[in-house]
Amino acid sequence: MPEPLLALVPRLRDICGGDGVITDTARRRTYESDGLTYHAALPGVVVLPTTTEQVAAVVRLCADHGVPFVPRGAGTGLSAGALPRTDGVLIVTSRMRRILEIDIENERAVVEPGVANLDITKAAAPRGYYYAPDPSSQQVCSVGGNIAENSGGAHCLKYGFTVNHVLGLVVVTPQGEIVRLGGKAADAPGYDLIGTFVGSEGTLGIATEITVRLLRSPQKVRTMLAAFETMDAGGAAVSAIIGAGVLPAAIEMMDALSIEAAESAVACGYPPGAGAVLIVELDGPAADVDAQFDAVTALCRASGAFEIRTASDAAERARIWKGRKSAFAAVGRISPAYIVQDGVVPRTALPEVLRRIAELSARSGIRVANVFHAGDGNLHPLVLFDDTEPGAGERAAQVSGAILDLCIEHGGSITGEHGVGVDKACQMPRMFGPDDLQTMDLLRSAFDPDGIANPEKLLPTPRLCGERPGVRKGEHPLVAEGAAELF
Amino acid sequence: MSTEGDSREQGEHARAGNDPVMADLGVGGSAVRAAAPGDAVAGIAPRYVATPPDLRAASSLLAAAARHGLATVPRGHGSTVGWGRPPRRCDLVVDTTLLTTIEHTAGDLIVQVGAGTPMADLDAALAGAGQRLSVDPVVPGSTVGGVVATGLCGPRRMLHGTVRDLIIGMTTVRADGAIVSSGGRVVKNVAGYDLGKLHTGALGTLGLIASVTFRLHPLPPALRVISAATGDAATAAAWRASVLRSTTAPAAVELDWSAEGPLSLHVLLEGAEGGIEARAAEVAGLLGAADTAAELPPDWGMLPGAPDDTLLKIAVAPGRVTETAASLRTAAEAVGIPVSIRGSAGAGVLYAALPAAADAGTAADTVTGLRHSITEGALTVLRAAPGVLEQGLDLWGEVPGLPLMRAIKDRFDPDRILSPGRFAGGI
Repeated sequence: MPEPLLALVPRLRDICGGDGVITDTARRRTYESDGLTYHAALPGVVVLPTTTEQVAAVVRLCADHGVPFVPRGAGTGLSAGALPRTDGVLIVTSRMRRILEIDIENERAVVEPGVANLDITKAAAPRGYYYAPDPSSQQVCSVGGNIAENSGGAHCLKYGFTVNHVLGLVVVTPQGEIVRLGGKAADAPGYDLIGTFVGSEGTLGIATEITVRLLRSPQKVRTMLAAFETMDAGGAAVSAIIGAGVLPAAIEMMDALSIEAAESAVACGYPPGAGAVLIVELDGPAADVDAQFDAVTALCRASGAFEIRTASDAAERARIWKGRKSAFAAVGRISPAYIVQDGVVPRTALPEVLRRIAELSARSGIRVANVFHAGDGNLHPLVLFDDTEPGAGERAAQVSGAILDLCIEHGGSITGEHGVGVDKACQMPRMFGPDDLQTMDLLRSAFDPDGIANPEKLLPTPRLCGERPGVRKGEHPLVAEGAAELF
Repeated sequence: MSTEGDSREQGEHARAGNDPVMADLGVGGSAVRAAAPGDAVAGIAPRYVATPPDLRAASSLLAAAARHGLATVPRGHGSTVGWGRPPRRCDLVVDTTLLTTIEHTAGDLIVQVGAGTPMADLDAALAGAGQRLSVDPVVPGSTVGGVVATGLCGPRRMLHGTVRDLIIGMTTVRADGAIVSSGGRVVKNVAGYDLGKLHTGALGTLGLIASVTFRLHPLPPALRVISAATGDAATAAAWRASVLRSTTAPAAVELDWSAEGPLSLHVLLEGAEGGIEARAAEVAGLLGAADTAAELPPDWGMLPGAPDDTLLKIAVAPGRVTETAASLRTAAEAVGIPVSIRGSAGAGVLYAALPAAADAGTAADTVTGLRHSITEGALTVLRAAPGVLEQGLDLWGEVPGLPLMRAIKDRFDPDRILSPGRFAGGI
């Protein structure tokens, strides 16, 4: 452990208690990466605070000594946003996992940052309410991590992202101040610091108490799976649905290769011979849902769907979703290694971009499985390769990079939901100009004048850029242990 | 807005040829004129009014203004330019009304729109493609820039979110003239800080909003408004709770309590033609004796009161919204002030108007008293009637996070030249 950190350890023990500070190398190693395992660094010291005051005291100590800190929730992030610093303190919120209040009268929940996303819905469901943002790792990912990443999920097409559901935050600033922003009331006065903080990837401080909006559970949910011979036909169905003024809760699409992977992994039983499957979910008042469901069915048929399956109860719905939800993990079955990409294109550019990805794949001989949120143009291409083959990793990284080029070329984004972190910090200049980035840095320095909060994440730095994008081998550790399903 | 005509009014000295500052402001292509009395911002008279024809010109204009140390206030149609505190200084008004491009990509349900575009023009353009921006106009005649700079939105915020929730990208001009974009043209995007959030509701204190990209919604095929009135706030509270607990998915639950009338609750349903009658019947059942209409009431979502009134925004824990409205009524009536209240009972955000004719001291005391009675939430004075500010009324009350806000202002506008003093804490 670096000398300056060693001197802090007794003080950290005073703050967090003996069992709240980890210095043992083997135990520290379990925190060396998040969900993007290609990036790893041994944290200098790990702390597990249990209260806002402890977090503030740790951060103040860091600020007083100019020591960097990195916040970490459940470690499911996919952009290495929680990559530790060997010269810094890793502040893990996993012991702050109390649901403080489920307030149905005001339609709010108040939680600590370490609470798992799905646990809010589990707590509210008996009263007929739920928490809308549903990242696919929702069984384990923490609400604090969702705040950092502005997490979305399959249903954000209709219900928006984390930022649209957060009303209040208690924030520990990078200088160790405790600030209470908003609460159960909407529209906190002054600049929208909550909206600014959500999605700031741990660079503006640590949220230690979070007030979110609860939504009334819909009267009815209906899910359908439509199989098409080609991706073009599936894409045409999506355009037709959106063009008809229908706003489904989710529209997801998978290509033949990802269907094959899902089939081999979970035997999801999707229609044989499908070149594309579309999953469409509608929710709302029963009469509305039924009317729209009939319209969507007709549009899918008109676009060439050769088989349509519908589910109306939870078990049937789970069967339809099973293949989609296991797609990421499943490609581990058909390829020794793969890169997950997270680009966005305007929805109307999807057919063109998918064709170009297919060309890229054919030209390079690198297989690409396409799984994506079709309603909002968020692509998750899985670039498959054999890491025992010399040069294959580099070629896959080139294909993955070229896919991001396509997204940018079509007016899209380098990340729809996984975040920038370390992984894409060097790609930020391809989307934003120098003045844009400099202004973002001004905002960062307003919160963190000393530059100690999750340094070298989100914005490019000269030291950082030049490393190649992340490559994941096999299954994500959380998937392997059955704790998470990944999109 | 012709340069010649206005210069004539102002006399010889204001001609660009004789005024190097004016000439410099116009270098990037902005039309510049000397200010007229009607250009005053909350009583503060500027020296110049400049109208940039495009983003580049706006950038040159702000750079020139910064070089000359001119305090700058952006203005669209001016319907809310007097909101907040009067600026400490105002040398230049930037008129955004030529920034009116509308780039609508219907297939992607997005639109990029110039800040000077009237909301009504935007609505008309989108409606042609069967789409809309789900922000109810609350001030007639406002421009997109004005709506975003004030963060104003109406009843449909309950289902679709506030104006900031619908913004997916923004281009602004910084105090030094730098053009700064954030977000993008796709609905789903987490690359970089979302600077648009900061500018929304910032009253032009962090930059000039030049264009905004919004996500859109399809126009609903059918709508119904179910309305009921009561003299008793507790009854309204029960109605509200029962509608929210139902699964009818209202787009808005709006409270409307004019100074003269009873308390009305309007529930807006939007959706498929086939389902709307059944949903409306269910809501009507919850409200007792209710009227159902297939059109919005005539002044739907408009702010209460007259343009000179003191206008309050009261945000509370939503379950307490009717109770809060009732305490405001009681407090105001006790001192003889007829108050009009309107707002989202669903979201817990109300607007209230205290008439300009009311005694300024009494009005200020009523506001302060009500603010103290709110345990969770905030009362902001959006606009103070003449004389009320002079009573020493704090428009914002306590603003948590103010030191961070000041730090942001310090970095974005270190010379304090963008709408100085209009915002919370003297920002």
